[in-house]
Amino acid sequence: MIRLENLTVALPGFSLQAVSLTVKKGEFFTLLGPTGSGKTLVLESIAGLLPTTSGNIILNGIDITRVAPENRGIGIVYQDTALFPHLTVKENITFGLRYHKKTNRDRGKNLSDLIDQLNLEPLLNRSVENLSGGERQRVAIARALAVDPAVLLLDEPLSALDPGFREEIRGILKRLHTATGITVLMVTHDFAEAHFLAQQAAVIHQGKIEQVGDVEEVFTKPATPFVAGFVGIKNIFPAIFHQDQAWVDDLCVTLSAPINGSGKYIAIRPENIQISPEKFPTDSPNAASGVISGIMNHGFYSEIALKQANVQFQVMLQSSTLFHMKLSNGDRAFIQFDPCAVHTM
Amino acid sequence: MVVKIPKKCDPFTALAFSASAVIVAFILFPLIEMTVQPSLADLVETIKDPDVIRSIWLSIYTSGSAALISFVLGTPFAYLLARHEFTGKKIVESIIDLPIMIPHPVVGIAILSIAGRNHWLGQIFNAIGLRIMGSVTGIIVVLTFVGLPFYVNTAKAGFEAIPARLEKVSRSLGASNTDTFFRVTFPLAWRSMVVGIIMCTARAVSEFGAVVIVAYHPMIAPVMIYERFTAYGLKYSQPVAVWLIIVCLFLFLLLRIFSVPKKGAT
Repeated sequence: MIRLENLTVALPGFSLQAVSLTVKKGEFFTLLGPTGSGKTLVLESIAGLLPTTSGNIILNGIDITRVAPENRGIGIVYQDTALFPHLTVKENITFGLRYHKKTNRDRGKNLSDLIDQLNLEPLLNRSVENLSGGERQRVAIARALAVDPAVLLLDEPLSALDPGFREEIRGILKRLHTATGITVLMVTHDFAEAHFLAQQAAVIHQGKIEQVGDVEEVFTKPATPFVAGFVGIKNIFPAIFHQDQAWVDDLCVTLSAPINGSGKYIAIRPENIQISPEKFPTDSPNAASGVISGIMNHGFYSEIALKQANVQFQVMLQSSTLFHMKLSNGDRAFIQFDPCAVHTM
Repeated sequence: MVVKIPKKCDPFTALAFSASAVIVAFILFPLIEMTVQPSLADLVETIKDPDVIRSIWLSIYTSGSAALISFVLGTPFAYLLARHEFTGKKIVESIIDLPIMIPHPVVGIAILSIAGRNHWLGQIFNAIGLRIMGSVTGIIVVLTFVGLPFYVNTAKAGFEAIPARLEKVSRSLGASNTDTFFRVTFPLAWRSMVVGIIMCTARAVSEFGAVVIVAYHPMIAPVMIYERFTAYGLKYSQPVAVWLIIVCLFLFLLLRIFSVPKKGAT
C-alpha cells in the first residue's frame, strides 16, 4: 500500500499542493489530469526522483520520504520508455537484477515468466534502437517488473503509441496486473484508459487533487466543473437552485430530486440530450429550442452546438441520425433531456 | 566528398556556396603553402635536431597533462552543470568561459600575479618547492587555464544530450548515483568526453601568448617557432611548424578514429 500525505513539491512556476492519496495493495489506481497538471511530478516524487518540499510518502507503513530512490523498491515506466540505448533488450531487462538479493533460481523463473508473458524471447539479443513503439514499451515494462518492485508507476505508458500498439499494451497491462497482483499507479490524460484498466481514480488539476474515488463514480458523479469537463461532460452551467429546479440564465431546468446542500453548477452529458427538428410534446420536461450554431462531424458520431438564448448546448448523436434529420447550420431545432440526466455539483 | 550544386542557383544559395568556398580556401591555402614550401631535406634536417624534438615533445606532454587535469576535474563539474539547476549557475557558466575571452598575455600575467613571491599563494608554492615561473609546471598550469573551458563545455553538452530519465530509471532499478554514472551516463557520454579532450588539447598546443610570459624556457614548440622566426626568419621556422602540425594531426586523427561510433552501434 502506498499513501501520500499532503505531498507538496514547489518548483519554479509550478507546485504540487498537498496531494493526499491512498493506493491499496494490489490495486490499479489511475491519476488523471491534462498535460501540465503535475501528474508526472507525483510519480517522480513517489519514486524519489524529485525532492519534495513537505508531506510524507508511506510505503507499506514505512515513511520513505527521505529514502534514496534505489532503496525504495518502486519501479517506474515512462511514456518515452527511457530504454538504455547502449544496451541490448536483454541487458536492459536484467539491468537492475544485481541490486536485488534473491536466489538465482527464483530470479530465473521470475524473469523467464516475465519474458514469456510479454513475448520478448525473439527480441532479447536485439539492440533497443530499432524496436517498434509497442516492443519498446514491453521491454520497459519487463525491465521495471524484473526487480519485483513493491509498486509500479506508469507514466502515460500508452500515450506515445500507435492505436494498434496501444490496445496491445493496454491488454498486457491488464493481464499482468491480474496475474501478478502488483500495486499499480498509472497517470494518464485519457479517461478511456482509466476506465479499462483501473478500479480507483483521482483527478488532478494544476497540482491539486480535485476528486478521488471509484472510476465509475468519477465518471458519473464528477465533483467539480473541471472533473465534469475532463470526463467528457460538455454542458456545464452555473445555476441558481430552488427546490427541484435550477435556473440557468432564463432557462428553468427540472431536476430529478430537490437538491440538498448548496450546488453551484449543473452538468449534462452531450449524449443525454435529444435533438429534433420538431417540437417535443408539451408535457416533456426540460424541452427548449434554439438555433444550430455549429456541427462537427467526428465520423461515427457528430456534435452539434445549439444556442438557446444565452445558453449554448452541446449535443452528441450518431452521424447517420443527424443525416436523416437533415439539420444544418443556422436551422432552428428542439432539444430535450431527462431530469435524471442532470448532474448537480 | 561530392558537392551537389542545385541546377537553378538562386542568389541566396549562390552566396552561401561562394562564402563557404572563400572560407575553406582562406583556412587551407596558407597552411598548405607553408607545408609544401620547406624541402624534404630541410624537414629531415629539422627533425634530427634534438632541440626540436624536445620542444615538440614538451608541447604534447604539457598539453596532454592539461587535458588530463581538465578531464579529472572538469568531468564532475560538467556533470553538475548539466544536471543541476542552482542560483548563480549562469554566473558560474560565464566564469568558465572567461579564459576563452581574456587576451592570452593577460592570462600569463594573471597567473604570475598569484605565483610570485609577493603573493601568499606564491609563498606557499615556494615553500612546497613548486615553481611556476619558467617551469614545466608553469606551462601546464597556463595550458590547463586556457584549455579547461573547452573540455568542460563539450563534456557538459554531452551530458545534456543524455535524457535525465535514463538516470532516473537506473536509480529506480536499484543503482546508486555512482553505479548510474558508470553504467548509464559514462557509456553514453564518453565520446563527448573524448571530443572535449581533443578540443582542450588542441587549444593547449596552440597557446603561445600566455606561455611565453610564464615560461619562455623550457621551450614549447610554438615558442621555439617564434624564436626561430624572429632570430633567423621564415625559412628557418617553417619546418618546425610543419612537424608540429604533422604530429598534432596524427594524434587527433588517432583519437578521432578511436571515438568514431561502430557501425550499427549508437
